[in-house]
Amino acid sequence: MKVLVSVKRVIDYNVKVRVKADGTGVETANVKMSMNPFDEIAVEEAVRLKEAGVVTEIIAVSCGPQACQETLRTALAIGADRAVLVETNEELQPLAVAKLLKAVCQKESPQLVILGKQAIDDDSNQTGQMLAALLGWSQATFASKVVIADGKAQVTREVDGGLETISIKLPAIVTTDLRLNEPRYVTLPNIMKAKKKTMETLKPEALGVDVAPRLQTLKVSEPPKRKAGVKVPDPKALVDKLRNEAKVI
Amino acid sequence: MAVLVLADHDGKHIRKSTLNTVAAAQKIGGEIHVLVAGNGCGDAAKAAAAVAGVAKVLHAEGAQLGDELAENVAALLVALAKGYSHILAPATSSGKNILPRAAALLDCQQISEIISVESPDTFVRPIYAGNALATVKSKDPIKVITVRMTGFDAVASTGGTASIEVVQSPGDSGLSTFVGREVQKSERPELTSARVVVSGGRGMGSGENFKILEPLADKLNAAMGASRAAVDAGFVPNDWQVGQTGKIVAPELYVAIGISGAIQHLAGMKDSRVIVAINKDEEAPIFQVADYGVVGDLFKLVPELVEELKK
Repeated sequence: MKVLVSVKRVIDYNVKVRVKADGTGVETANVKMSMNPFDEIAVEEAVRLKEAGVVTEIIAVSCGPQACQETLRTALAIGADRAVLVETNEELQPLAVAKLLKAVCQKESPQLVILGKQAIDDDSNQTGQMLAALLGWSQATFASKVVIADGKAQVTREVDGGLETISIKLPAIVTTDLRLNEPRYVTLPNIMKAKKKTMETLKPEALGVDVAPRLQTLKVSEPPKRKAGVKVPDPKALVDKLRNEAKVI
Repeated sequence: MAVLVLADHDGKHIRKSTLNTVAAAQKIGGEIHVLVAGNGCGDAAKAAAAVAGVAKVLHAEGAQLGDELAENVAALLVALAKGYSHILAPATSSGKNILPRAAALLDCQQISEIISVESPDTFVRPIYAGNALATVKSKDPIKVITVRMTGFDAVASTGGTASIEVVQSPGDSGLSTFVGREVQKSERPELTSARVVVSGGRGMGSGENFKILEPLADKLNAAMGASRAAVDAGFVPNDWQVGQTGKIVAPELYVAIGISGAIQHLAGMKDSRVIVAINKDEEAPIFQVADYGVVGDLFKLVPELVEELKK
């Protein structure tokens, strides 16, 4: 069966993000960009399913500017078979991305779509659920284990207070949580191989999708800073402060 | 204008996250209705009717609603959406699973994890793991919103006299079935609503060593948490994780032990009223946000702290 994975290009998780002085956004010039970490887990899961003989073809999809080709190349180097870039310079919000992915799914007819549970830039946590809604497919979010058998996926999910297991009918949407797997390191030979794999470019207009943003960002600001407090010499002094100054115990 | 709040409940009681969400609804304005959907959730519906500020409770019963499956609950929300200007859910794992599905079916762009209401169409939400705050204005006819609990003080769970209306739900989608649940059993308070949280980090060294935090948590009647580093190292289960990728907490007192203070951890606890840090590295970033810090060996300091608390 065919699986589709979506990958997003975001500011690398190790970069300390800075808010622009004019309040229009965060600084992205000359900042290292990488694949969203949850999406890396999604690609890795697809590759493991292929290695296990469950999946026959992996298509990586990214929506955004031309530079997303880099992110797609990384997905190809991890083990995706081919890539699709839905190219646009418009700001894309989750509903628009879900509509673009729906159009790609209708072209490709995958049995499974794996996405990261959220992107570490806008922290929305929406695209997978929205894609499932638009396609009328089942969904299993925040997955920590995926087992595919008999036209169904049995998915263990990370939920408040523990774990929950559900069984979903294929075709289905799965979104990844941190403990699903540990993505492999990309090796040089695989990077070289990735360069030869095909990458198709589509435009939102050609897919018939209106991507106009629904949310207008009025401003982006720094969160209020917490002031550093005092160091105390020992637990005795700490308990004294907590009892008599902070009055919290 | 009326606001619909999707309740988080266990069939018998309304969870505190619902009370925080009703508080956010009050900031928006308009009549507040609460949807209690489940299988045998009459007591929870009654509890919701007693919540301060609630005008009406919509009570939906059905076997297909028993396990909070997103397909079924989202279909119910869509069936009820007409006539509401806003649909809110707490940003719990359940709310985050269900609400975007309903939003897409309504062709609305959800606004995730708001921490403040500026006006009925403008909200503040953290982005980049809380390193920036975005003020966003929605142009959609229905504002579909998840609410970060720490952003809003809970309303009172009593004092309300809402009417309860039974509503019909669409049937089972047939797309998904519930198989089972493994809930961590604990005598301790729940992490996101505890008054005190004691968390350990990579500095704990092993899962076994987390035991030395137990007497401290007992003494403070605290929930126990951990940093992502400690979870990734396999010391403790993932649902202990405090941080951007785990739980967001804002207790009265947060005690960070052997936690260096990575940005992603700070994003999950920096709204706590009082923060205490114990770490052997005096340069650790956690001390930049801690109200009180003690530099030293946690394996010596934690037992001493427990002794001091007994005095």
